[in-house]
Amino acid sequence: MSEGPDQIRTIAVDMVARVEGEGALRVTVKDGTVRDVELKIFEPPRFFEAFLQGRHYEEVPDIVARICGICPIAYQMSAVHALEQIFGLRVEGALRDLRRLIYCGEWIESHALHVYLLQAPDFLGYDSAIAMAKDHAAVVTRGLRLKKAGNAIMTLLGGRSVHPVSVKVGGFSRVPLRRELAALKDELLWARDAAVETVRWVASFEVPNLDMDYNCVALRHPDEYPLNEGQIAAAAGLQVSAHEFEHHFTEHQVPYSNALHCTLQGSPYVVGPLARLNWNHEHLTPLAKQALADNNIALPLRNPFYGIVARSIEILYALEESLRLVERYEPPPLSAAPITVRSGIGMACTEAPRGILYHRYEVDGDGVIREAKIVPPTSQNQSSIEQDLRRFMPRLLHLPDKEAALACERVIRCYDPCISCATHFLNLEIRREGRA
Amino acid sequence: MSKPEGESQRLKLGVFKFASCDGCQLSILNLEEDLLALGQALDIAYFPEASSDMEPGPYDIALVEGSITTAEDAHRILSVRQQTKVLITIGACATAGGIQALRNWADVEAFKQAVYPSPEYIQSLNTSTPISEHVHVDFELWGCPIDKGQLLRVITDLIAGVQPRLPADSVCLECKRRGIVCVLVAKGLPCLGPVTRTGCGAICPGMGRDCYGCFGPSEGARKGPGLPPNTASLARHFHGGLQLIPIEVMRRFRGINGYVSSFRAESDTWEKKT
Ligand code: SF4
Ligand code: SF4
Repeated sequence: MSEGPDQIRTIAVDMVARVEGEGALRVTVKDGTVRDVELKIFEPPRFFEAFLQGRHYEEVPDIVARICGICPIAYQMSAVHALEQIFGLRVEGALRDLRRLIYCGEWIESHALHVYLLQAPDFLGYDSAIAMAKDHAAVVTRGLRLKKAGNAIMTLLGGRSVHPVSVKVGGFSRVPLRRELAALKDELLWARDAAVETVRWVASFEVPNLDMDYNCVALRHPDEYPLNEGQIAAAAGLQVSAHEFEHHFTEHQVPYSNALHCTLQGSPYVVGPLARLNWNHEHLTPLAKQALADNNIALPLRNPFYGIVARSIEILYALEESLRLVERYEPPPLSAAPITVRSGIGMACTEAPRGILYHRYEVDGDGVIREAKIVPPTSQNQSSIEQDLRRFMPRLLHLPDKEAALACERVIRCYDPCISCATHFLNLEIRREGRA
Repeated sequence: MSKPEGESQRLKLGVFKFASCDGCQLSILNLEEDLLALGQALDIAYFPEASSDMEPGPYDIALVEGSITTAEDAHRILSVRQQTKVLITIGACATAGGIQALRNWADVEAFKQAVYPSPEYIQSLNTSTPISEHVHVDFELWGCPIDKGQLLRVITDLIAGVQPRLPADSVCLECKRRGIVCVLVAKGLPCLGPVTRTGCGAICPGMGRDCYGCFGPSEGARKGPGLPPNTASLARHFHGGLQLIPIEVMRRFRGINGYVSSFRAESDTWEKKT
């Protein structure tokens, strides 16, 4: 890698693995200084917003679920909340609890997938969880069973875990019996203990030190850890409702990416488990708080590599919360509240596993969608990923290209980016110009 | 992935992604403990969603998720085909074009302009097409997402050297076997179960709602294997019996599997009536 003046060196790795979707990274280095970092998202656009137009509001949950197989509930929840706003409906009581419960199921499933199958191999030096299982069989089996506990909640309430079918505007097409929910309890209790172990395990990983001054953005709710409801909170005391989202957050296009970049008043910000935990730790459940203390996890977390810790704390939280909701469940009289269709515009933000997910719909008097807008978490995190890489790159420059590339992938994976959402080749290219 | 002894006898599997939501690949990861068994029975040589180790072909089996929506992908699928003995499409995207095939009826340039300030940077074809429109496909696994039990069955058949076969009759039969009350008859919901392929276990009627066709068209219900279901009769019932207006009948058929020929023809027929 010795380079003479004015030499340009390009290094390419075919694909960033263990992320959802297709993307690439190009880093330009000139005279030993990092000049440009471009996270390119190649995943072809699928145009969901365009073909929601002209569909009936009842079809929306089935359609938006297909944006992402990993977090379909997030899409369904943001959608139903935005549409209910138009129809002047608030879903309360047991139906609200069930929505919270199925969302907890998705957090458990998605976070366990990321922690155990996608990210942990980075810290332990394996290519995949299957390879890791040869030396750490018990750990991988624990992760798979944990993920399965999340899937079990989703399957019971939604019919299946990928693209659940029961969520509808007003509630569910079917609600479970009390004994059906009670049947989940033993497995959730096992999973709760496994989640305590998970926090201990990931907190012991050695992480590169990287201190970032993030602007964390997450929902905040007066008395609960946010899932479906809350105000959007950011630094400098900004606290706004989903209605004002588009006043503060703007999407813009960059020539190298199929995903729009979203910024807050023109600057990068971070959404997801780390941001959520920093804003909402006071609403954690007892064991989750205990796990923070027992493992000396000091908040706020400002290092992207602690994303895995935040995610594990949230798995624990979601399990305790699920157990609470299962315990107090009394089936509601109706599986869904009746709807009075009317025209209007509705906006909602909910906390997808990867961060806030904004939806806006305009509906006509027949309940047909006139316009839709969706801002997924990964497009909100893109600028911050680039910023982290810009900060992290200088210490990688002495490394051979391939190793530098792998280290960059690790940074990107901290965000659990869902490129299918934002739009899986992560093809890393480092251009070195001048002296290295 | 490190290679155990006897590697060379194990079938080499590749998992490839095109335009999709990753849900069908997730169904592979959702095999959970069976996933580890699968990793022992097969050499999972290429599966970027799950492993950084990406071994080059040739592959014995390729599982292909997603539809073709870019010129580059139209090239890439040719190379996957060349490197593969048995190519299996997984899911509605790869098998029928997927939900993103709704663009095939629309003006994609207008879509781009609606979403992107500089549409000229966006690489995208005007169509979303199934893999079989580009290369020979050996086996199609339906569903949005696929059913992991069906997937496991197809893979174990292939490991055993058997030509996989899966049932192709309608969701209705599954409802009857499970003793689910018919939502079409009892609730008057426009259920696509009579013309939709079995495989999911009749999830929707089991949850008290109508099937929306995510497993694609059933085969041969009345006429024989490989033949399309009687969509026309069901559509007439939606219109005449359940009082759906033509555009609602059209939307019913133009959904997750809207681009597959029988559903496409039915939706086009009703579009003309709107
Ligand atoms: S077929 Fe459905 S589940 Fe599978 S990738 Fe396509 S959209 Fe996702
Ligand atoms: S009932 Fe129909 S829509 Fe529902 S999961 Fe089965 S095939 Fe898909």
